[in-house]
Formats: sequence, structure tokens, C-alpha cells
Amino acid sequence: MQRIFLLTFVVAGIGAAAMAEIAPDQVLWAEDGSIQESLTDTPGNPDEGEVIMATNALGNCVACHAVEAMPDVPFQGNIAPQLDGVADRWTEAELRGIVVDAKRIFPESFMPGMYKVGPFIRPGVAYTAKPPEMPEDIKPILSAQQVEDVVAYLMTLSE
Amino acid sequence: MKLPRSSKMATSLAAATFAFIASSASAEPVKDDQLIVNGEEEIATEAPAPPHLDGAVGDTIYSGWLFRDTETRAMQKDDFDNPMFLFVDAGIEAWNTREGTAEKSCADCHNEIEDSMKGLRAELPKVTPEGELWSLENYVNDCRTNRMGAEPWGWNSQEMKNMTAAIGVQSRGMPVAVEIDGDAAPFWEKGKDMYYTRYGQLEMSCANCHEDNFGNYIRSDHLSQGQINGFPLYRLKDQGAVSTHQRFVGCVRDTRGVPFEAGSQEFRELELYVASRGLGLLVETPAVRH
Ligand code: HEC
Ligand code: HEC
Repeated sequence: MQRIFLLTFVVAGIGAAAMAEIAPDQVLWAEDGSIQESLTDTPGNPDEGEVIMATNALGNCVACHAVEAMPDVPFQGNIAPQLDGVADRWTEAELRGIVVDAKRIFPESFMPGMYKVGPFIRPGVAYTAKPPEMPEDIKPILSAQQVEDVVAYLMTLSE
Repeated sequence: MKLPRSSKMATSLAAATFAFIASSASAEPVKDDQLIVNGEEEIATEAPAPPHLDGAVGDTIYSGWLFRDTETRAMQKDDFDNPMFLFVDAGIEAWNTREGTAEKSCADCHNEIEDSMKGLRAELPKVTPEGELWSLENYVNDCRTNRMGAEPWGWNSQEMKNMTAAIGVQSRGMPVAVEIDGDAAPFWEKGKDMYYTRYGQLEMSCANCHEDNFGNYIRSDHLSQGQINGFPLYRLKDQGAVSTHQRFVGCVRDTRGVPFEAGSQEFRELELYVASRGLGLLVETPAVRH
């Protein structure tokens, strides 16, 4: 009895700490692949978002997408649609859905899910080529706040 | 530097998707250069796509050479400038060196490498009479262990790359001619499945990069068709020789995935399938890439 009580307490404690952030497997998807609710309590910072998108080790969105609004970023890819004007094409909730897991809107998409932890085929821990020792070793590519920052930047891309 | 200046995307999703498809169809291998080795041996770097590809890459298959920059292409045109020839020389030396408890060299059984090994690289991997799928490395280690009484070489060891380069160059200019029917068919099918499997946290298949997007740029990387007719090859970035399976390991790791081992059954099956995507391309071993 005492043990159950303790357990409940601990779980409640974790719940409180996680309140500020929605975990990858807790995301509330709408039918159409959009996500209405922000993943965090803190509004996205578009300046941070721009850095994340252009940084290899973070979003590296420019690996595939060109963004004319980032003229200083060299070697932008041409795999995917240019992102200028995306805020006119998509709502904030849709953009959040695309960044979290683009395959919900584009089923066969080449675009990796940025806030997704599985299921994957032979996932490794980042680029180490090593399998995870436990499932938690597979971290989402971006944090919840980074997703919000990227979405905030994308919302500035209207023409 | 190549910055896509594809027309500003229209506002509808349909238009955006269409523009994406249109841009990915415009493969851009170089058109104004020819691979002529040592000023005499002309090696065609494209060929009609094999029928089994069913138009998946269009009408034509292209050597990876066509997707590299001018300086890298030039290094492969002259065996003196091609750093792989140091390794070819070392391989030929090993060919003539007696080793193991049998105190035999490759040459003791196979004589001149130029004659006995001509054409082999173009046919591998292939199914042995025992029904196993073997790459060139398997044949080399079979001779070392069973006929020479020597230690096997590691799949990616320098010694192995020296030898596979020395054997491979004997087929330079010959069309890739792997067998994909009969006994080979089940292996080929498995390799094909792997080619289209999306590995790793990035959920990317070989086809995503080398079929759907060859000619396009991932950041500064100009994507080729991922052909293996030039392996083992010299990679300037690694300052060394790279085997086919080593390249596969790298590409799967780059999907944030866990690759299969070099030399594994899986990668030999993948090797057979990828080789078959280059049926008709000429062997370029040893190639140079950056
Ligand atoms: C490996 C390639 C790749 C990477 C990396 C990538 N994307 Fe994408 N993205 C695509 C493709 C391909 C599409 C087109 C949709 C489809 O898959 O058919 C797309 C579509 C989109 C769209 C919709 C575009 C439109 O015009 O309708 C947005 C927005 C987007 N991506 C944002 C991002 C952001 C932000 C990042 C990084 C955090 C990113 N992408 C990283 C490949 C990529
Ligand atoms: C994320 C993209 C990506 C994926 C997925 C990928 N590759 Fe690659 N691959 C590259 C890049 C970039 C290069 C270097 C440039 C080039 O030749 O395309 C490369 C090079 C190669 C080469 C060397 C070609 C040459 O001429 O030097 C081979 C072979 C190859 N890949 C095979 C594969 C196979 C097989 C798979 C699947 C197991 C695979 N790749 C998956 C990006 C990828």
C-alpha cells in the first residue's frame, strides 16, 4: 500500500516537470497531420529558429531546402521546395506538423521527422552507427523548444 | 556553388509538389568531359539503363565520375595522378609474394594477374558452386586460407584493398556483367529490398538519394547514382582507399542508422543489386572521388 502511494507520488512529480513540454509520443495530432498546440509553454524565437535551420548539427533544413531569405547561408540544397512563402501556404499548426513528422502530411516524404523517436528500422544513436542500449538513447533531432523556434521562423516566411 | 533558382513556388500545394518533382528530374552529370585514361583508353561513363530498372532512373545510367568536380575527374584520367596506383602496385607485389604454410604466392597458381584476373571484377559478386554469394574479397580470402595456409585479410584492410584494386584494374573498360537470374535471383531480390528500405532515424533508403535525387544537391554534396563500377576507389576526403562495403556502411550511418558489417551476407546481397543497377557501365576501378 505504502509502495503504491510512493509510486503515485513519483509519477505525479514527473508529470509536473514535463508539463512545460509535450514528449514526442504525446503529441496531439489532428486528422490532417497538423498540430494545434505548441509543444512548449515558451513562444518560439524566430532568430533561434533561423540558426537551427542553417546549422548542420541541428535542423540542417538547408541541406535539402533553399531559403532565399537566408542569403548568407552557402550551399543550400535543391532536394526539396524552396521555403520562401511557406507561411502563405501553410498554417502554423500545419508547419508544426511538417517539422515534427512530415510523413503525416506527405506520406512518402524524404523529409526526416524532427521530433520523432520511432518506430525506425535499425536506428543508431545519432551518427555513431551504434544501436541504442535503451530506447531513450534515440533522441529527437530537435528539442520541443527548437521545433517551436523553427516554426516561429517559418511563420516569418511570407511574401 | 550551385544555388537553385527554381521559380518561386506558387501558392498551391499542387504547384509546389510539381516544381519539386520537376527539379528532381533534372539530373546534371557533367556533359562536356570524357574519361580518357592515360591519353589513350577511352572509358564510356554512361550506358543505357538496364531493363530491370524499369525506367526508375530514366533511360541512362551514369558513372559517379560525372558528378565530381573537374580536379577530381582529372586525377582519374592519369594513372600517375591517381593515388590508387600506389595501392595497385602494392597489390601486385603481394600477388607475387609467397606467404602462408604452403609457401605459395597468388602468381604460383594464377600466373600473370593481367591474364588470369581479366574480367573477374565485372562479374562479381556471384554465386559459387556451393550456392554462396561471394564478393571479390571472399575469393581472395578463400585462396589465402585454403590454398596458401595464410591468415585471411580483414575486409577493409589495406592489404585487401591493395589486392582488390590490383585485380579490379585488370577489368578496367569492361562492362559490368553480374548475373542476376537463376541462383543469383534470391540474393538479388534481397539486395533490392534493402535498396528500398528506409533505414535509421532519418528514414532514408538508398533510392531516396541515388534514384530519386541523383543530380541534386544535399548541401554541397552532388548526389550521383551511387554506382559501384569504380571500387575500390580513392577518396580524397579520407586520404585513402575505400571499399564498396565501406561506402555502404558510411551511407547507412548517415541515415542515423546502424549499418550491417562490411562483408556481411546483407551487404554482399546489396552489392549484387547495386552492381546490377550498373549493368553495362564500364569498370573504372580504381576510381577517384572526393
Ligand atoms: C532530407 C531532406 C529534407 C530535410 C533535411 C528537410 N526537409 Fe522539409 N521537405 C522535404 C521535402 C522533399 C519536402 C516536400 C514535401 C514532400 O515530401 O513531398 C519538404 C517540405 C517541407 C515544407 C513544406 C514546403 C512547401 O513549400 O509546401 C516545409 C515547411 C519544410 N519542409 C520545412 C523543413 C524544415 C523547417 C526543416 C528542418 C528543420 C526541413 N524541412 C528539413 C525534404 C527535407
Ligand atoms: C542521405 C543521402 C544518402 C543515402 C540515404 C545513401 N547515400 Fe550513398 N551517397 C550519398 C552521398 C552524398 C554520396 C557522395 C556523392 C555521391 O556519389 O553521390 C554517396 C555516395 C555513394 C556511393 C559512391 C558512388 C561513387 O561513384 O563514388 C555509393 C556506391 C553509394 N553512395 C551507395 C549507397 C547505398 C547502397 C545506399 C543505401 C544503403 C546509400 N548510398 C544511401 C548520400 C546517400
